[in-house]
Amino acid sequence: MNNLIIMPIIIPLIAGMVMVIFRRNLKLHKILSLIALSGSGIIAVKLMGENKNDGIQTLHLGDWKPPFGVSMVADMFSSMMLLITSIVAVCCLLYAFRSIGEERESHYFYPLFLFLITGVNGSFITGDLFNLFVCFEVMLISSYVLISLGGTKVQLRESIKYVLTNIISSFLFLVAIAYIYAITGTLNFAHLSVRVAETGQSGLLTIISILLLVIFSLKAALFLFFWLPGSYSAPPTAVAAVFAALLTKVGIYAIFRLFTLVFYHEPKVTHLLIGILGAATMILGAIGAVAHWDIKNILAYNVIIGVGFIIAGLASFSIEGLTGSVYYMIHDIIVKALIFLLGGTIISLTGTGKLKDMSGLIRNHPYLGWMFFIAALSLAGIPPLSGFLGKVFITQGTFEAGYFWLGAIGLLTSLMALYSVIKIFMNCFWGETFLSEEMESGTTKGVMFPIACLSLLTILLGLGAEGISAYTQLAVQTLMNPEIYIQAVFGGETAP
Amino acid sequence: MKEPNDIILHAVIKVAVVIILTFSINLFFSGHHNPGGGFIGGLGFSAALTLLFLAFDIETVRQNIPVDFKVLTAIGVLIAVFTGVGGIVFGEPFLTQAFDYFDIPVFGKTELATAVLFDVGVALAVIGTSMSIILSIGDDH
Repeated sequence: MNNLIIMPIIIPLIAGMVMVIFRRNLKLHKILSLIALSGSGIIAVKLMGENKNDGIQTLHLGDWKPPFGVSMVADMFSSMMLLITSIVAVCCLLYAFRSIGEERESHYFYPLFLFLITGVNGSFITGDLFNLFVCFEVMLISSYVLISLGGTKVQLRESIKYVLTNIISSFLFLVAIAYIYAITGTLNFAHLSVRVAETGQSGLLTIISILLLVIFSLKAALFLFFWLPGSYSAPPTAVAAVFAALLTKVGIYAIFRLFTLVFYHEPKVTHLLIGILGAATMILGAIGAVAHWDIKNILAYNVIIGVGFIIAGLASFSIEGLTGSVYYMIHDIIVKALIFLLGGTIISLTGTGKLKDMSGLIRNHPYLGWMFFIAALSLAGIPPLSGFLGKVFITQGTFEAGYFWLGAIGLLTSLMALYSVIKIFMNCFWGETFLSEEMESGTTKGVMFPIACLSLLTILLGLGAEGISAYTQLAVQTLMNPEIYIQAVFGGETAP
Repeated sequence: MKEPNDIILHAVIKVAVVIILTFSINLFFSGHHNPGGGFIGGLGFSAALTLLFLAFDIETVRQNIPVDFKVLTAIGVLIAVFTGVGGIVFGEPFLTQAFDYFDIPVFGKTELATAVLFDVGVALAVIGTSMSIILSIGDDH
């Protein structure tokens, strides 16, 4: 029993609800949201320490023993995700302070932002499938409001698509949960793992696992990403950055959890399918990123490439591949938030997202330019930045698993991703400066701090990769050995 | 403008609302061991309020029930969460509940449980949410 686990869920929830009561006091909103998010970050650090010393931490709500009650499980992978979530959320929040505007602020922007993080944190630490659904819904409902908040024409158009897609996938999610409960009689992850291992992963269970894969693919933008470029370019920058950094990652996390803990018996079917989907995602995303000439679209397609690449590590289903995935996921969350914030800042400066209408920003904004350059290199995995190690491990993993095509596609698409962001860099920052500081439609004042924090973090993560390797090893060890997880949840007793 | 002649509606609803409110409170309290509870009790309660809003106009009811339903929702959720936090304070897992039997005059031997507090939170959250939805659809602006 460890009550710390529930804190990342209830701290943002309580803070958000208090803000709803004191709706008019925007200063309180800002202070409370900063405290709540930093607080859950500190708790994540503490959890990581406990994971390292004492293994997986569990909490059975209301002292109902599994599989009957609701279990919360924090293994190293979840705790790391919690920490990165808090860091990125705080950075986006700082950006939002300066950029979101009073209109949105007074319409519950900060409470909604916190509820979104509540859902994300909940998805990372829940120990059963139904609670995963609930936490997904908390996250999605907040994201529906955040995406349409402000009510501009493009936002409303894109939010309809976004809401419809997600409602359909949530409906399928419930259907899949019903199927899986009918067959195994349980929804607790650990118990599911035991039951599936006992009976063997029959054809029917494999089909259901593929149904779940489709559902999470819709949320993670794995192959089924048609909704993503539009939806992620509609909301204001701070919101888009949080979406790009976190929402797809929650879907990826769910895929990882299910296909390492429960459905790992038929890798020749499920994991190969995951690999094919990942390869297709990378190729299509890369084509999109190269073809577009609009900043928001290029960045949105880069999110898609990242999803495919992380998933490639899972497809290889080896220690190297999963290590790479964990590294790359941490890197991707940070660098996607960073590059969305940078892109949004550029757009607010020039007043347009079209690459051909801008040039020579580097004369007036050298720091912005060079940080964009760092982010671009990090995105492509140039050493010593944070993307490098993940790319190496994932490629090694796919090669060792014999999926040479997957590794090759991964490398090729990272080149295309590099081209697409360098294209932004060259068009925006090089060339004739025809926009003087007075003519700019926005300002970088106040928004540079979160961007600088994230840039620093991507450099530090690259240089200090050795330092976190102990943590990633633990995370991967749990992912590769379901017994550790089951043992922790049932506390040494045999599962009924 | 001619006043609508809805005296029968008003008379019936004034009686009906009292019955519905009583029933929903009954549902709420039976929830501990029988079908019922905070969610369904809250829904019954907001059904009664909706009837009032239908029979009389929104302004009149708002004057008599000056409650911001969004705030009510937040308070309800906070009550529910803090009942859970109570478990943490006593060193038990989150959401752990306690109950005991007390001898209370008039009622005799009664079971008192902290789960009721949680249910109060749920009921308030349900009333607040459903009324906010209905009112924001019903409002013109």
